[in-house]
Amino acid sequence: MELVQGLYNYWIAMILMMAGFYVVISRGNLIKKIVGLNIFQTSVFLLYISMGAVEGGTAPILEEGLTRFSNPLPHVLILTAIVVGVATTALGLALIVRINEAYGTVEEEEIHAQDEPA
Amino acid sequence: MITENLPILLVVIPLLAAPLCVLLRQPTLVWGFATLVSWMVFAISIQLLILVLQDGTISYAIGDWAPPWGIEYRIDPASAFMQLVVAGIGAVSMVFAAKSVPHEIPERRIYLFYTMYLLCLTGLLGIVVTGDAFNLFVFLEISSLSSYVLISLGHDRRALTAAFQYLIMGTLGATFILIGVGLLYMVTGTLNIADLSGRLPEPAPRTSLVAFAFLTVGTSLKLALFPLHLWLPNAYTFAPSMVTAFLAATATKVSVYILLRFFFTVFGVDVAFFDLPVGDILLPLAIVAVFAASTVAIFQENVKRLLAYSSVAQIGYMILGISFATVNGLTAGIVHIFNHALIKGGLFMALGSVFLRLGTTQIDAMAGLGRQMPLTMAAFVAGGLSLVGIPLTSGFISKWYLVTGALEKGWWLVAILVVLGSLLAVIYVWRVIEAAYFRPAPAGAAQVKEAPLAMLAATWVLIGANLYFGIDSTLTVGTASRAAEVLLGLEI
Repeated sequence: MELVQGLYNYWIAMILMMAGFYVVISRGNLIKKIVGLNIFQTSVFLLYISMGAVEGGTAPILEEGLTRFSNPLPHVLILTAIVVGVATTALGLALIVRINEAYGTVEEEEIHAQDEPA
Repeated sequence: MITENLPILLVVIPLLAAPLCVLLRQPTLVWGFATLVSWMVFAISIQLLILVLQDGTISYAIGDWAPPWGIEYRIDPASAFMQLVVAGIGAVSMVFAAKSVPHEIPERRIYLFYTMYLLCLTGLLGIVVTGDAFNLFVFLEISSLSSYVLISLGHDRRALTAAFQYLIMGTLGATFILIGVGLLYMVTGTLNIADLSGRLPEPAPRTSLVAFAFLTVGTSLKLALFPLHLWLPNAYTFAPSMVTAFLAATATKVSVYILLRFFFTVFGVDVAFFDLPVGDILLPLAIVAVFAASTVAIFQENVKRLLAYSSVAQIGYMILGISFATVNGLTAGIVHIFNHALIKGGLFMALGSVFLRLGTTQIDAMAGLGRQMPLTMAAFVAGGLSLVGIPLTSGFISKWYLVTGALEKGWWLVAILVVLGSLLAVIYVWRVIEAAYFRPAPAGAAQVKEAPLAMLAATWVLIGANLYFGIDSTLTVGTASRAAEVLLGLEI
């Protein structure tokens, strides 16, 4: 019980991670692949934020009566990772637009089929 | 003043130069500017190597925030050697780009091309000099994102799908590394690489073992270790010639460096190779990589793709050296990073010249080319011999240390397999030489000229360095063995 209750946000992070990973591998639609990649990356954000949490801790602000703070460093790190994630998604979608212009489809199998004879 | 700040200048100069390229816009002007920046960076990197070899490891605190709280740039012999490789290849590639890029990239996109190139250079150099694990992830993403763009600028539409596939695999790899870094932070409360190594509890708890697994798989994806190499052949085949030459010589090598850092500096050789069976996993994978990829290379019709598969095989040799976890093995791995950068950079540049004149790199179209482009094809032959590992070429030096390392461990079979792997390289290199020199040009084919001077010069600088370091290997082997000793913790 402790394993589930005490660590439930880690479980959720792992389930999301595997779900996202599965979408990336199993879907042939390029947009869906990017969606899967996003879920995968978001799960890592959850993982980082969870590790910064301190029981009963508040936001790290210096004020009278506040003595227990959550660790702000993982939050700051994950802000950077979110920016990286946004850049990756933007670039991925831009590539999909170009692929769609060149092939007229965003389905992986149809793209491969078009390249076969060449 | 300047000498003190060299570590940060190495990264900041190309980073600031990148947006300036967007402002300049005019293609020739941007090329001149980017070339100037690349050569400045190269000069800095030489200076840094000299400083490190003289006075030992350099530590630079960014913004004067003392490590381990602030971000530290840390240059030890291993990183000094790597940053020299990256900066050197970058500088030579820019000379090659003078004629190659205007031919392959539409004029209105050239300034963006060089912007991306400078960002990629920033990222690769940053990975090598940083001493902070999270900073390493950020630089990894800077270099990866810009290399996806560079690959997608290839003239064939398949460059787009190749870049997309690389984006998916690369992001998975980088995110795995991010997870690993996060778990390490959970265990130790620090992100500084040098600090991490001292704070990891012994024996390793489950969290740090999971971190180790994520870091290993993530880095292996980025360095295209067999069987995680699937993105590489397409990416190299369809990228513009200059990009292939630059990335083949630097990107995967820098990932090998990341692997070395995590294995040896963070976890230490005892945890990685004695508590965990990493050597037993890497060794067979490396050998399979050499044989499988070389065999596939033999059957390729496109020379660019042939060399891409050969790259997967050569990465196998590097990992093989690392899996020995001895001074000679690691020296072989690190020296091969350097030598292979020269070999593949030179070979892909020679192919870039062929593409410029013929418009294709199919093996059949290259028939009789030895007479029409004698200097380019001679460079290809010299590079090919080095790839095989003929004595008096730098490839021989790497193979020599690899075989010595294997024999020292008493692994006869591994030593024999290394030599057999080289024989496979003879076959695929010979296929190209046979077409270029012993077959007549196809009937009705247009007469082509020798490649332009800038491209020839860049190709021959790399091939010449290749021959030079095959004869006098004191600099390369000397630095690599010092780096190996530092990584193994034999010298502080």
